[in-house]
Amino acid sequence: MRASYVIRKLIGAVSTLAFVAVFNFFLFRVVNRNPVDSMFRGRNLTREQLDELTRKFNLDGSKWDQFVAYVRQLLRGDLGLSFRGNRPVVDVIAEALWPTVLLVGTSTLLAMIGITIGYRAGWKRGSRGDTVSTSLSMLTYSMPEFFIGMVMLGIFAASLGWFPVGGLEDPGSTATGLEQLLDQFHHMVLPALVLAIAYVGEYMIVARSAMIETLREDYLQLARAKGMRDDEVRRKHAVPNARLPVVSLSAINFGFVFSGAIAVESIFSWPGLGQATYLAVRGPDLPVLQGLFLLMSATVILANLIADLLYGVLDPRVMGR
Amino acid sequence: MTAAIAWARRRASAAASWRRMRRDRLAMVALGVLLACVVMALIAPLVSDRADFNAINTGDNPTHASPTGQFVLGTDGLGRSMALQVMWGARVSLLVGFAATVLMIGIGTLIGLAAGFFGGWTDAVLMRITDWFMVIPFLPLAIVLAAVLERGLGTIVLVIGITSWPSTARLVRSQVLSVRERLYVDRARALGAGRLHLIGRHILPNVTPLILANTTLAVPIAILTETTLSFLGLGDPSEVSWGGLLERAGSSAVKEGYWWEYLPPGLGIVAVVLAFTIVGRALEEVLDPRLRER
Repeated sequence: MRASYVIRKLIGAVSTLAFVAVFNFFLFRVVNRNPVDSMFRGRNLTREQLDELTRKFNLDGSKWDQFVAYVRQLLRGDLGLSFRGNRPVVDVIAEALWPTVLLVGTSTLLAMIGITIGYRAGWKRGSRGDTVSTSLSMLTYSMPEFFIGMVMLGIFAASLGWFPVGGLEDPGSTATGLEQLLDQFHHMVLPALVLAIAYVGEYMIVARSAMIETLREDYLQLARAKGMRDDEVRRKHAVPNARLPVVSLSAINFGFVFSGAIAVESIFSWPGLGQATYLAVRGPDLPVLQGLFLLMSATVILANLIADLLYGVLDPRVMGR
Repeated sequence: MTAAIAWARRRASAAASWRRMRRDRLAMVALGVLLACVVMALIAPLVSDRADFNAINTGDNPTHASPTGQFVLGTDGLGRSMALQVMWGARVSLLVGFAATVLMIGIGTLIGLAAGFFGGWTDAVLMRITDWFMVIPFLPLAIVLAAVLERGLGTIVLVIGITSWPSTARLVRSQVLSVRERLYVDRARALGAGRLHLIGRHILPNVTPLILANTTLAVPIAILTETTLSFLGLGDPSEVSWGGLLERAGSSAVKEGYWWEYLPPGLGIVAVVLAFTIVGRALEEVLDPRLRER
C-alpha cells in the first residue's frame, strides 16, 4: 500500500477527531452558557454552593482557560464528573460498554445473512425471490427500530411470555457461570433479533446492487462459455468481484457498535451505552452525554479509517486518487 | 416569446413524466396514502379542539379504554382519545418532516453549488467540512445538539437540517461540476454573463430535477429522525408528534398490552415513510433516464 495514501487517510481521521473534540467543547460550554445553573435550577442552592459546583465541574475561568483545561483533561483520558452521583464519566461509560458490545456485535453478525440474500437476489434480478426480499428490506428500512422492538416485545414477551420483558438478567438472580450466561442469552434474544431485522435490509441492498454491477462483466460470459454451472459462476466469479462495497459497509457498520442501539436499549432496559445515553438525555447529565458522544464519534471515525485502508488493499486503484 | 416556448416545453415534459409515473401502480397507491395522511393532518382542527386533551375535559373519560364502544382507537392513561391524538400527531410529524427537509436540502444545495461552481479553495474548505459531517455519527450528533438547545419544534427542525445536509451537498456539487463544463455555459460566459446569471439560468435549472428526487427521498429520513428524537424525550412537550406518542406509551403500555396506544402512531410512521420512499424511487426513475433501462 502506498504510504502517501495511508498518511492522507490518517490525517483525515485525526483532523475529524480534533474537530469533534472542539465541537464538543463549543457545544457544551458556549451554546449552553451555564450548565450548572440550568442543571440545578429549582434546588434552592445558595450562590456559594453554585459557585462551588461550577468549580467542581471545571466551568470557571475564561472560555480559553476552560478550553485548555478541557484539552489537558481529554489527553489524560479524563472525561470529567457526572452530574449524578459524583462519579467519573469514564466509570459510567466503562460499566455500560460490555452489554452494548455484546448486543450490537451479535446482531450485526446476525444481520450479515443479508449479504448472502442480497447476492442471490441480485444474481436472479427480477425473480420472485428478488422482489420479495427487496420489498421486505424496504419495509424494515422504513420502520424506526424501536417500533419493531415495541411490537416484538408486545407479542413475544408480554402476550406469549416466551422471553423476559427487559434487563440483562433476572433481577435478584444469584446464578453464576453457565446458568448466568444462559439467563443473559435469554434476555438478549429479543433485542438482538430486533436490531438484526433493522440492519439486515442495508446489507441486502448493498450486496444486491454490488452484484448487479458485476452482472454485465465479460468474464461471467467467459465462465459460462466454458460450461460452468450457473451456481458456480456466481460463487467463483461474481461474488468475489462484488465483495468490495460489502466489506467496506461491514467495516463501517462495526463503528456503530457503540451507538447503534440507543433507542432499542431503552425499550428493553438493556443496561448499555444506549440506555446510558437515554438516561443522560433525561437528566440532563451533560458531562456523560459529552463523553458518550466523543466515544461514539471516535469509534465511527476509526472504523471509517479501517474501511478506507481495507479498500486500498482490496482495490489498489483507489490509492492513486 | 422565448419564455413562453420554454414554459410550454417544460409543461409538456412534466406531463410526459406524470404519464410515465401513472403506469407505476405501486407509486400511485403510495401517493394515495400520502394524500390521505396530509388530509388527516389538515382536518384535525376541524374535527376536534386541542382543548379536548386538557385534563379538565378528559377527567370523565375512561382511562386505557380499548377500541370498543365510545372511542374508535381507545384512550390513553389520561383518558385522551387516541384517534384524535393520532390525527394531531400527523400534523406535527409531517410539518417537522417537511420543514426539516427544506432546511437540509437548502443548506446542501447552497454548499454544493458554491463548492462546485467556485472550485479552488472554496471547494476544498467546504468539502472538508462536508467530510467531517459525513463521518460524525448522525444520531448521536442530533441527540447532543437537541439536548443542549431549548426544547421545541424549531430546534428539532434545526437539528435535523444541520446534521443531514452533507449527502445533498455532495450530490449537487458533482452535478454542478459536470454541468459547468458544458458548451452552452462556455457560450454564455463568452458572451459576458455574470456569475449570478450563470448560476440562476444555466446551472440551477439543470440541477433542479436531481434535487427534487433527492427531496422526496430526504423526507423519510427527516421523519424517522424526528421520531427517534421525540422518542428519546427531546421533542416539544406541548406539540406531540407520532414519535412523541410512542414515547408516552413507552414500554409500559407494551407490557400492559395496551396495543392501541403504540400501534396506530407507529404504523402511521411506517406508512408515511414507506410511501415517500416508493414515490421518491419512482420519481427518480422517471426523472433520470439512465435508471430507466435497469
